Amino acid sequence: MNVEALLLSLRLALCVSAILFVLGMPLAYWLAYSRRRWKFLVEALVALPLVLPPTVLGFYMLLAMGPHGPLGKFWYAAFGHGLAFTFAGLVIASVLYSFPFAVQPLVASFETVDRKLLDASAILGANRMRTFRCVILPLSVPGIITALVLSFAHTLGEFGVVLMVGGNLPGVTRTVSIDIYDHVQSLDYAGASHTALFLLLISFAVLSAVYGINRRASRRAWPTWSVK
Amino acid sequence: MSATLDGTFQVSEFVRFSPCCLLLLSAILTLRPANAQDIRVAAAADLEFALEDLTAQYAKQTGKQVKVSYGSSGNFFAQIQSGAPFDLFMSADIAYARKLETTGLAEPGTLYQYAFGRVVIWMPENARVDLANIGWKALLEPSVEKIAIANPEHAPYGRAAVAALRNAGIYDQVRSKLVYGENIAQAAQFIVSGNAQAGIIALSLGASPAMRTGKRWEIPANMHPPIEQAAVILKSAKDKEGARAFLAFVKSSAGRRILESYGFNLPAAHGNSGATNQ
Repeated sequence: MNVEALLLSLRLALCVSAILFVLGMPLAYWLAYSRRRWKFLVEALVALPLVLPPTVLGFYMLLAMGPHGPLGKFWYAAFGHGLAFTFAGLVIASVLYSFPFAVQPLVASFETVDRKLLDASAILGANRMRTFRCVILPLSVPGIITALVLSFAHTLGEFGVVLMVGGNLPGVTRTVSIDIYDHVQSLDYAGASHTALFLLLISFAVLSAVYGINRRASRRAWPTWSVK
Repeated sequence: MSATLDGTFQVSEFVRFSPCCLLLLSAILTLRPANAQDIRVAAAADLEFALEDLTAQYAKQTGKQVKVSYGSSGNFFAQIQSGAPFDLFMSADIAYARKLETTGLAEPGTLYQYAFGRVVIWMPENARVDLANIGWKALLEPSVEKIAIANPEHAPYGRAAVAALRNAGIYDQVRSKLVYGENIAQAAQFIVSGNAQAGIIALSLGASPAMRTGKRWEIPANMHPPIEQAAVILKSAKDKEGARAFLAFVKSSAGRRILESYGFNLPAAHGNSGATNQ
């Protein structure tokens, strides 16, 4: 079993879910509460990675990261080297790839917050930031956890995009799914299933831990005034 | 359908649209993508352009269509073991074809070595390196930051590339520049997209529209283990006669000429174990 690849995948998934958390919050807030007419266009754009094959997304990323692509040009100017075949490149590609998995649960949970509570908060003199912090956020804890877990899990299992922009460098871009694929390619099915089984167990453990926590959190988040 | 999210989706809308949906669905389901008469071939990625020509010629002569799936030979090997519906397997690595033979998944005696792969150093046309004259040394240039090769763990061209670099005595110097493509076509993609500045790939890929203009330098065949490519007819083939006939065309002088023109070396016409020529 390739521990290096496993650790790399975990590191990638952690980075990506942290970045998605930071980027996803304001965007999800905007998507949930904005009344702009063209909001549906942004919604469609956010959902695009759900529909696009990862290899297509990966291929566009590869072109964008090249010396003539916008990302690649910027990266060359800033750091003096290319973006493809680097860990940073993988992070950027994965953030795009997992975007809907973070944003959509956040939007859904923001939208279910009772309108009356927001009105009450406003009437009591809280500004939008304070309402967000004290009303929306606590009521959205299950959605936030779901968003974090889904982006983490989705990145952990990512294959097509990594294959397209990674270049399979041990310790840099050889993630666990690529490693499993390589084992299968070399007809080392035993090696592949060892790693795959371990990945399966980790994923199941992480998911059930989170859903367990989520279950308690959602019970706690239930408005107390509705319980007699 | 965001309508479901805000709860305004009406049952009546569903009733109104369902006939259209059903019609569309039945149209999609009744479309038949492949003719049952077609010969189905699983072929290594480096054959893409040569086989396009071969199958077109074959269709012109016999009226029979050959449907080719391109991919990595290792993948096809695994898929064939699980019963993938192919008639003929054209592997980039003779080992896979042999293994199918020994495990009884191939028709005995049909193994045919159709070509030797040729390996080139390839660089984009605008590279400021005189590749034709300096050969190996081009890879040591500081402007070459990344060199794309196929994964040497399982791709025959990747193994050949590493062996050649070792034999040239520069493997340790260029090792940190190497990036791996899943197969030879993906390694080529890394170069064409500009992310790698050079690559060691199959000469046969040079026939692709994107690569025709690049610079290339052929690595002498004695610098790497031979890339023996072999085809085998599968025991599970639905159309064994069709596969035999197509393989015979590949073996014919017309077929050999096409393979040669796309950058393959040919094995001697005799001394090739396999099905009897028709």
